Amino acid sequence: MTCLPAHTDKKLGLVIDLDTCVGCQACVTACKEWNTGGHMAPLTDIDPYGGNADGVWFNRVHSYEHMTEMGGRTVNFPRSCLHCETPACVTVCPTGASYKRASDGIVLVDEDKCIGCKLCSWACPYGAREFDTDVGVMKKCTLCVDRIYNDNLAEEDRVPACVAACPTSARHFGDLGDPASAISQLVAERGGVDLMPEMGYKPTNKYLPPRAHTTRAASVPAPALEAVRAEGGFLGWVDRMLSN
Amino acid sequence: MHPAFSVVFFTTATGAGYGLLALLGVLAGQGFIPPDFWLGLTGMGLALGLISAGLLSSAGHLGRPERAWRAFSQWRSSWLSREGIASVATFVPAGLFGIGWVVLGRTSGWVAVAGLLAAIGAVATVCTTGMIYASLKPIAQWHSRFTLPAYLIFATMTGSVLLNALLQGFGVGSAAVLACALLATFAGWGWKLVTWRYNDRLEIPTTANTATGLAGGTVRSIEWPHTEENYLLKEMGFRIARKHSAKLRQFTQVLAFALPALLLLAAFALPWPYAAASSMLAAIAQLAGMLVERWLFFAEAKHTVTLYYGR
Repeated sequence: MTCLPAHTDKKLGLVIDLDTCVGCQACVTACKEWNTGGHMAPLTDIDPYGGNADGVWFNRVHSYEHMTEMGGRTVNFPRSCLHCETPACVTVCPTGASYKRASDGIVLVDEDKCIGCKLCSWACPYGAREFDTDVGVMKKCTLCVDRIYNDNLAEEDRVPACVAACPTSARHFGDLGDPASAISQLVAERGGVDLMPEMGYKPTNKYLPPRAHTTRAASVPAPALEAVRAEGGFLGWVDRMLSN
Repeated sequence: MHPAFSVVFFTTATGAGYGLLALLGVLAGQGFIPPDFWLGLTGMGLALGLISAGLLSSAGHLGRPERAWRAFSQWRSSWLSREGIASVATFVPAGLFGIGWVVLGRTSGWVAVAGLLAAIGAVATVCTTGMIYASLKPIAQWHSRFTLPAYLIFATMTGSVLLNALLQGFGVGSAAVLACALLATFAGWGWKLVTWRYNDRLEIPTTANTATGLAGGTVRSIEWPHTEENYLLKEMGFRIARKHSAKLRQFTQVLAFALPALLLLAAFALPWPYAAASSMLAAIAQLAGMLVERWLFFAEAKHTVTLYYGR
């Protein structure tokens, strides 16, 4: 049924550190590589080498300019399914293809039941679901269910492909329902936030905001070719002469 | 939101079809419409034809239409599933009513009951259609108190204008039905104007800041994850220029409301067959106008995912 489980034993999810993400897209390509042969395979590409390339991806990295009174910076922002606690994408599904697992909270699509009505993608505020026009069904992030429980992999590899690929350790995987887990501690320590909390979907994944700007540097850079402090001596005399 | 023609046609056609079915079920079942074979056949054929064409069109919108039967299973949580069940269930009393009223020429007893049940089914189905849109939180223009009444009002409006055209066409028009069609058209016009006014002043709490979790200041998209349009932009990022929106709103007002109102007013004064021609033109203009209205309903709706793309 597409009714939501009242309780999930675990709340498996990701924590993404916006402070350390460098926007290298390694998580994007690792995700595509693993999942095009995984649980939701294939992640179809349409016209991949032509002028209108289109395809299914579970993870996409945006780049933003965040300007505040403290200054500006570039923030790289990976966007994928947040495995919400109250996901409307599941409850709107008319066929029971979309479901949230009671054991670990992962939101999945049963491709054999999906009729491709696309309503779940309308119900997701985050754009986490992408339609496969070739197969005619909806696809989404599986949190790599076929890796995290896979006994054929070494224990350290039993994490989602995006987490394993990240070169700056900006992506973390674990049980966000357990306050004692390393990932929950990280969220508490760094003040992790929900995306669009006002929507009420209660996302499981958390984002760690960039660390505050340092106060050691000048908050407003000095204009080019002018000293921050008034120069004395010979250079001061040159400065005064040329300024006249 | 992308205005897929299949869905624009589906909601407009089924709205008009269920509106006509409900009115026929109640009025004919209670004996207000004389039992006439050709009138009944045309009326029920029009109502069920519009409904069936709409439902087939919506099935064509599916990625895997051969699995459409699965959509009857999740009525406990899904408005789309409830719509599927209500639409199919309504065919049962509607079919019985059609046999009783049209073929047997009866309007009493079980035929009247079937007519009432068909009307209830029609109203329920239109409600479920409205709720599919009204329940979607990421689309503020739909997730409002205006959406469900709009579907009910427009179904009543197009249904009553069709019924008037039908009765006038068979030379049995009544001033009461004509007046109802006119009033419903004004009600629809008013509701659309109020809805547009509300949507134009809409301010939602969701911004690029809450979408990215970056508090304070401004968040500006400087680079997309992809160079070509993807599914999200094609499906949810549909935009039309403001000037087109204003023009299309004028088209809607003229075709769906103003012109039908004028033609219905003229039908009061004109003798048959001019009143019949005027009534039919009113119905045709209104259905064309409602297609434009429904196109705008989608095209002007903004999904929160567009915030990630700085749109």
